[in-house]
Amino acid sequence: MNSVTEELLKIISDYDGEGFKGAYNIREDGQCAGRMSSENIKIESKQDAPGLVITIKPHTVGERVFIPACVTHSGVDDLVYNDFYVGEGADVTIVAGCGVHNTGEEEARHNGIHRFFIEEGASVVYEEKHIGTGESSGPRKIDPVTDVTLADNAKLTMDTVQLGGVDFTSRVTRGVLGKNARLIIRERLMTDGTEQAKTDFEVVLKGEDSGVDLMSRSVAKGNSYQEYRSVIKGENRCTGHSECDAILVGNGKVSAAPELVASHCDAALIHEAAIGKIAGEQILKLRTLGLTEEEAEQKIISGFLK
Amino acid sequence: MLRLENIKWSLEDGRRILNDISLEIPEGKLVVVTGPNGGGKTTLAKVVAGLVKPDGGRIIFDGEDITELDITERAKKGISYAFQQPVRFKGLTVRDLLELAAGGSVRESDVCSLLGKVGLCTHDYIDREVNASLSGGEIKRIEIATVLARNTKLSLFDEPEAGIDLWSFSGLVDVFKEMKEKINGTLMIISHQERILEIADEIVVVADGAVRTRGAAEDVLPQLLAGEITRNCGRRC
Repeated sequence: MNSVTEELLKIISDYDGEGFKGAYNIREDGQCAGRMSSENIKIESKQDAPGLVITIKPHTVGERVFIPACVTHSGVDDLVYNDFYVGEGADVTIVAGCGVHNTGEEEARHNGIHRFFIEEGASVVYEEKHIGTGESSGPRKIDPVTDVTLADNAKLTMDTVQLGGVDFTSRVTRGVLGKNARLIIRERLMTDGTEQAKTDFEVVLKGEDSGVDLMSRSVAKGNSYQEYRSVIKGENRCTGHSECDAILVGNGKVSAAPELVASHCDAALIHEAAIGKIAGEQILKLRTLGLTEEEAEQKIISGFLK
Repeated sequence: MLRLENIKWSLEDGRRILNDISLEIPEGKLVVVTGPNGGGKTTLAKVVAGLVKPDGGRIIFDGEDITELDITERAKKGISYAFQQPVRFKGLTVRDLLELAAGGSVRESDVCSLLGKVGLCTHDYIDREVNASLSGGEIKRIEIATVLARNTKLSLFDEPEAGIDLWSFSGLVDVFKEMKEKINGTLMIISHQERILEIADEIVVVADGAVRTRGAAEDVLPQLLAGEITRNCGRRC
């Protein structure tokens, strides 16, 4: 593992320089830079494509598994397929995340396709942090795909953050929910300069009493551009809620297109969206507490994306 | 401690809101500013806090002319302002706001004491976002707590009773009483509430952009109450 990877790991996962506390696989420039399975979590190479198969035994409780991927130089186009099989009744945390470091002229890209098969009654917290680093004209790209299948009574809480420095990202998340299954997604995005970010969610509420709660908060600074698309399909008695909030700073642009499709009379679907600059009153309030205008703006943004 | 000299302020359409107001708020006193709606009370408080820049006149705070100072500079000099309609923040929690107000991290016991004073349970509120999920009464109390957390020389409260239910209102009156008894700086409260007027050292009546009456509470309050009765039923009881 090179020093750039080590630095990226500290940002995108809970790496403290001494290793991970749990099963892990570190991917560096398309290669494996370290792997360890645990008694309950098995990590193996995928046979038919680059990537991993992660199998979590039923009723595994309280364990964490780390699957970070790093691209550390120019000219790398890394494509990986990771499949997660989570046994029934398990309750685990999966920490993914991706860092792309580029100091050259050519493009550096990571494209991670993650599929989750979560069995009955299992509960998963999925944490994903993305960051681009390095000073260069070579673009940094991260294009994650997250595909979730939730069996009856299963739950996935996805916490996804893009911290900055990624020139282009296309983020696709799809979910299909069984009876009484829950999908909770919290997305936070910040773009600056000429960065572009596209987010695309599609959730199908197939099972009775299934529910999704999708919250996206983003800040578009400089001349950056963001696109937000979400489709929630209610095919049974279910609840769906999506909330998209974006703050514009400078010449940032945001396009938001939420869609709700209800094909069952007991599908209750709600969408809320708001795009705008920081409310002047918020700045005024913080200034009455002694902050300068710049400090107030910074505080509002960091709180918003917390 | 605070002296307003010939303060004038007009709307863009030329309508005069503050019409040559001169006023002195003595140190360590609780002064309640009251008067009819639209009379200029909130504008007056905003002029003091720096949210509104007067067209004319001077503001002297602790012997210093602060007329040209901005909101941040005035806050740092020791002026706090509780908004009549508190601002909501997606993402900032009650703890965040209290820490910003206090200028640093706040101990759990201090948070308990601050929130307790405004009738909120710390456990239930400390990590809640100050967003639309809070009721009007809850956010109003948090707003008041941010001013208490600052503990400044001058605290301005703009209609603190607005949006607070009757049950919690007596608790709020106690907060102001306590602030007054401990001479915790100078208090200027804009209010229509008789129970707040009763605890005032001085009452200032502002109407039509000017000071109509001012004086010790024991002198002004009976006049106000008599006037209220006259307006309500047309005859003195």
